[in-house]
Amino acid sequence: MTTTQEPPALAIRAAIEPSVGPQRPRRKRTPATWVRGGGLSTLLFLLPMLFVFVIFSWSPIVQSVVMSLQKTNLLTPATFVGLDNFANVLADPLLGRAVLNTLYFAGLALVFGFPLPILLAVLMSEVKRGKGLYSALAYLPVVIPPVVAVLLWRFFFDASPNGVFNSILGWVGIPPQSWLQSAETAMPSLVLEATWAAAGGSIIIYLAALLSVPPELYDAAEVDGATIWRKIWHVTLPQLRGVLFIMLILQVIGTAQVFLEPYLFTGGGPNNSTITVLLLIYKYAFQNSLGGNYGEATALSVMLAVVLGILSFVYFRVTNRWSQS
Amino acid sequence: MKSPGKAALAGFSALAIAATLAGCSAGGSSGKIELRVGTFPAGADPAAYEAFEKQEADFEDANPGIDVIGEEYEWKGPTFAVQLAGGSLPDVFTVPFTEAKTLLENGQLADVTAQVEELGYADKFNPVILEGVQDKDGKIYGFPRQAYAMGLHYNRELFTAAGLDPDKPPTTWDEVRAAAKTISEKTGKAGFATMTFNNTGGWQLTAQTVARGGRTQVDNGDGTYTETIDNEGTKAALEFLRELRWEDNSMGSNFLLDWGTINQEFAAGNIGMYTGGSDVYTALVRDFSTEPDIYGLTVIPNEGDDPGTLGGGDIAVISPTVSDEEKDAAAKWIDYYYMQRLLNEKAAKFDAKTLADSDQAVGTPVLPVLDAETEAQRVGWIEEYINVPRDQMTSFIDNISTQKPVGEPKGKTQEIYALLDAVVQAVLTDKNADIDALLEQANKDAQEILDAE
Repeated sequence: MTTTQEPPALAIRAAIEPSVGPQRPRRKRTPATWVRGGGLSTLLFLLPMLFVFVIFSWSPIVQSVVMSLQKTNLLTPATFVGLDNFANVLADPLLGRAVLNTLYFAGLALVFGFPLPILLAVLMSEVKRGKGLYSALAYLPVVIPPVVAVLLWRFFFDASPNGVFNSILGWVGIPPQSWLQSAETAMPSLVLEATWAAAGGSIIIYLAALLSVPPELYDAAEVDGATIWRKIWHVTLPQLRGVLFIMLILQVIGTAQVFLEPYLFTGGGPNNSTITVLLLIYKYAFQNSLGGNYGEATALSVMLAVVLGILSFVYFRVTNRWSQS
Repeated sequence: MKSPGKAALAGFSALAIAATLAGCSAGGSSGKIELRVGTFPAGADPAAYEAFEKQEADFEDANPGIDVIGEEYEWKGPTFAVQLAGGSLPDVFTVPFTEAKTLLENGQLADVTAQVEELGYADKFNPVILEGVQDKDGKIYGFPRQAYAMGLHYNRELFTAAGLDPDKPPTTWDEVRAAAKTISEKTGKAGFATMTFNNTGGWQLTAQTVARGGRTQVDNGDGTYTETIDNEGTKAALEFLRELRWEDNSMGSNFLLDWGTINQEFAAGNIGMYTGGSDVYTALVRDFSTEPDIYGLTVIPNEGDDPGTLGGGDIAVISPTVSDEEKDAAAKWIDYYYMQRLLNEKAAKFDAKTLADSDQAVGTPVLPVLDAETEAQRVGWIEEYINVPRDQMTSFIDNISTQKPVGEPKGKTQEIYALLDAVVQAVLTDKNADIDALLEQANKDAQEILDAE
């Protein structure tokens, strides 16, 4: 089906559509044919984008890697310290805490936040009328700027008995929760908001993917006497396999880099129970008002990028084998 | 892709991008010296900007060669370092006392000794405060413009609603506890609150420690510091918080409060008492729309051996990258905008009148950066314009001079404050927090931060 080198968008398309028809015959390529084929204007069109990418994406990445080998606070001149930054970061007791919290967040988001959009998409695809309305409602949280959403939810999460959520819970007889104010409930509260904010995008993608499931399969399952849950489990999910695999790895990579929710909701508290790896990077870089430790911040960033890269690579190798079976 | 039209479009778009980027560079020259000065934090009351414009116009009339451009500015830990490194700070800006020493040692502040001496009031500064902006050779790097002491802010309305006398605020910690309990029982609002994150938790814990006679850090005099977080004062402060939170339940249910959010909650009438800088009234009214009637200020109860009141303040400084001409112009502006209102009757009256006309606070209690007589004189001059309810703050104004001012710890201040944030949060959110263990660990971690270089 797909190869590991193709970007996710193509992989999704290939998973949904059958492959294209016969290939065109190739012709000999020389510089002349390149120019005649419009190569020059292609290059001209590419230049602005290349320019922007080099300045705003690639050059900072290269600079980060260089900085991770330096001791620098951007005020005094930088000195090369080799792998000291990496050693210091690995020795930081907060790092263990941050990694555990990040895994906890990613785990919760996976268990609760991953199946939910699938379920909602399946339910929405069964609805006869008003599909457009439901899609719009589902996507609305994604449209709200993330910072606005978080600040709104922070207000909703007010832990006093007349906070918004606690009032609603009171109507059904549940005692007021401490939401963000206690170490046990802080992280689940964050996951709740993060799921609400991101579900819409996934729902739209799944809705599109569900269109590609041949209805005859459902009819065949019905004939065999399958209930709706068995239809979902045995027909829908296997057909959506490619999309699901992609969405899963994208979600894992995304939640591993969670920053906004811990930063705006709790600043890493209470008592470091919501500090994540990216928030730790931020603290290394910006907590010290007199010039942060950019060397350690970039060292941790590099380590995170490498870990996520290895994870993605392993994941694609494994799922490649599964999707071809 | 072969048509000339498309190639032209490609060329044009490339040019457009180049032109936009070229526009990013600064431009403009009109013969005048352009001076960018910090004004207020983003979101400040527009009337404050009106007052500023009047003062700007007055200054530019007297100094036709200088063009003052006001820029939004607020000293905020995370963004300050980046602005400093990126060179996007205004030419004149303010920094807190705690940052000044390190900045001037790193060459981040312009040497203004000549300008200060020319202005003639170098010897009027409170020597303890001036020492904070001098290097070891005695050169001066900034103008201390404002100092404050910690105070106990209280909501007079909540006091009345709880049956307490708003003119007799608590004078001991036991009274604070009792008042907090009464307020939370009678009104359902938090009787007492304290800041807990973005480094403010450590800041307030240090203030509450000092008020009980403890000190969190000892200056060894040779450039090194010893951390003494596990002292009796800090223990008592944390015990106090624990008792109010878990035994009396008088601290409400929201504990993630920093300077902005605690002021917001206070302005909304959700907090009975909290500790903070004595000059916060200005910000409460300007940035948080507090009703003046509800505000009361008293001194933090001092108990134990050698208690004091944590002080702080800020300094007007000049960026080291400006030219000499700009430095002279900047010194003139600082003198006009920050200093003359303290020294000169006409300037004090003009400043007070301008602020009062735009409904800005005049007369917020501060600690004098110059000597006490000059300060008393100044208050006398602006008496007719004072619109701050100083009679609601008499317990502070009358008693602050009896308290010993103590400076904030100097070694790695903000980082250690951040460490202490977690300790305060732990005590307030974990019923079984072991205060002794937390303090021991914090002391160890803080000492490591101090020793690491």
